[in-house]
Amino acid sequence: MSAADAAATLLWLSLTAYAVLAGADFGGGVWDIFASGPRKQAQRRAVARAMGPVWEANHVWLIFMITGLFTTFPVAFSSLAIALFIPVTISLMGIVLRGAAFAFRAHGREAVGPTSPWGIVFGGSSIVTPFFLGTAAAAVATGAIRITDGKVVSGFGDGWTTAFAVVIGLLAVALCAYLAAAYLMVETEDDPTLQADFRSRALFASVASGGLALVGLWLAYAQEPRVWSDLSGNGLLLTLLALINGPIALWGVWRLRPGVVRVAVAAQMTLVLWAWAVGQWPYLVPPDLTIAAVAAPASTLRAWLVVTGGGMILLLPSLALLFRVFKARNPAAA
Amino acid sequence: MGTSLGFHIVFAVLGVGVPLLMATAEGIGLWRRDGTWIALARRWSSAFGILFAIGAVSGTVLSFELGLLWPGFMAFSGSIIGLPFSAEGFAFFLEAIFLGLYLYGWDRLGPIQHWLTGLPVALSGAASAVFVVMANAWMNSPSGFTLTNGRLASVDPVSAAFNAATPTETTHMLVSAYVVTGFVVASVYAAGMLRGRFDVHHRRGLLLGMAMAGIAVVLAGITGDTSARFIYGAQPAKFAAMEGLYATTRGAPIHLGGIPSDSEHRVLYAIEIPYGLSILAALDPNAEVRGLDSFPGDQRPNPIVVHLSFDTMVGLGLGLGTLALIFWAAVLRSRRLPKNRLLLWCLVAAGPAAVVTMEAGWFVTEFGRQPWVVYGIIRTVVAATPAPGLGIVFIVFTAIYVALAVTLSRLLLLLARRNRERAKPPPGTEA
Repeated sequence: MSAADAAATLLWLSLTAYAVLAGADFGGGVWDIFASGPRKQAQRRAVARAMGPVWEANHVWLIFMITGLFTTFPVAFSSLAIALFIPVTISLMGIVLRGAAFAFRAHGREAVGPTSPWGIVFGGSSIVTPFFLGTAAAAVATGAIRITDGKVVSGFGDGWTTAFAVVIGLLAVALCAYLAAAYLMVETEDDPTLQADFRSRALFASVASGGLALVGLWLAYAQEPRVWSDLSGNGLLLTLLALINGPIALWGVWRLRPGVVRVAVAAQMTLVLWAWAVGQWPYLVPPDLTIAAVAAPASTLRAWLVVTGGGMILLLPSLALLFRVFKARNPAAA
Repeated sequence: MGTSLGFHIVFAVLGVGVPLLMATAEGIGLWRRDGTWIALARRWSSAFGILFAIGAVSGTVLSFELGLLWPGFMAFSGSIIGLPFSAEGFAFFLEAIFLGLYLYGWDRLGPIQHWLTGLPVALSGAASAVFVVMANAWMNSPSGFTLTNGRLASVDPVSAAFNAATPTETTHMLVSAYVVTGFVVASVYAAGMLRGRFDVHHRRGLLLGMAMAGIAVVLAGITGDTSARFIYGAQPAKFAAMEGLYATTRGAPIHLGGIPSDSEHRVLYAIEIPYGLSILAALDPNAEVRGLDSFPGDQRPNPIVVHLSFDTMVGLGLGLGTLALIFWAAVLRSRRLPKNRLLLWCLVAAGPAAVVTMEAGWFVTEFGRQPWVVYGIIRTVVAATPAPGLGIVFIVFTAIYVALAVTLSRLLLLLARRNRERAKPPPGTEA
């Protein structure tokens, strides 16, 4: 494996971490805005309690990925920034509003209750952000972004406005909601009625994301030959695993098996991302930019790998500590 | 981008300074077994929770905007200067993790354990400021790469990170962050005192804030002076614009204030101190200082913005230093907090003034480098994005920032009121 491949792998891993961890935080926002029934407020409190200590750390995976991308693949970064200017800018607004709205509510509950505009902003931006990130991912995967001589030649609306992209955007939202409901189901074990609320939400999200994934596959087959050949080529094994894992996760939710749920639902998001990543290997931005061609000079890649390795030595134990204090099972029922 | 940066930087500096204040207060509290110090840290932590979140998301906007708005810059510089940004990512990661532990761990961790989680927050906050400014220093003093026919030939990211401007710029920014935090905190408590609140929280909050501000403002003066002298050698066009000097002069005077006039090639309405500039720049009254006229017209920064920003920064900075001196002289002489209303009013004003000082400093750095985005290498216009609708994006983000700022101030006031209502009516207050 070359240094460039190693860097690309690390970036995909950090994207995965962002999707699996921060994705659940966006899903929390979805369940905040759709909180309903007699335990509406308890649901919102569970969301806030689960997100509070960890969402900022989860969010940093995105920053880590972006800084890593522009260090190790600067041309890919600048091309994506031009081609996906619109969806990424909208996502950014969503990220700012979501984070701010959550902080306002978490630390100033009396003034900014769930019914204040910030409550709606919190939920709304939690939907908008993954949706547009999903459409942007679809634009990359379908090969709609064209680059000639280092210049983006495709248009600002190309790739992320197709039917396929819309389905992938919705799938991203559904998967986030699924993750959140599943994790919350695990974290509300000491309150069976609340747990039942999140179980039914997880079931709904599971069916919704499964359905959207199948529609996406069909659209890929019918309209997006590149995605189809990637998923049925290099990505075949992972695609099949995703298709098998889906029902397993659903079974875990149905039978209330927290251990299975946590792993299987996170695995679902991971498999979708990696089927895409492995499928389009060795391209970073197909069909014009390969990993090898747009990698930064070897000296930069080496330095980045060293810094990243050193950083991980500090980071991983700290993360483990954070999750052990706040996410161990039955966390002291605070 | 300028708006995002100007907005973010206020939260960024508080993100550097406040954790140190919290850790100090909590440390004193543990050391002296004094609950009020710890309560002070706890109050700050709830306000800081909101501030940090806003800083985190506005910082994310910046990391994206580097590419969204300046793709030409990033395509060229990413591989050279991405490294400090990546390191900053880690520092920020650690800050977020330990802040999570700190904010939500008050009742879950032992007192010493809890205090220990505060230290990495302060440390990584400072580290992330240093890393980010390293990247900016590189834009002022690009190094660590070679070009062949305008294309990158080789890259040495480590020497790019430790470029010539790094030592002066990072230290100056770091201590400035403490200056701003110290004065902002002091200003909040001084405002409370003007309303007659002299309880122990106000007294200690003011003292601690002024302790930080007082130490840091001296260091800011020293590092600022070093920075200016570095710019004299490394970025003569910026230096000339800062001082509003048009003709290359031996024994150049300093212009205080005034408006540089391109048509008359001199600074109008300024106070001149003969030989001042040459002495300050090179410690030699007859040293030659290059003037703006010696640069081609398309390589000059706008001297009006740069000169006025520079004078604002230096003037306010000196004012803040004097204020800190008067405050500490009064405290040490009378062995108690001064209740002089004029002094308190000055302290109230010092918070916003410190923020303005810092922003003016950034104006000097950024406008002084124009027309370059990377000094001498890439022009700003070339680096900008071809994307449409930038005006709309600008308006929307500005609106978002205004909404955030308004809500934030409302919330902080509310938090303060809630804290006061919770606390017992403090003894010895005159309403």
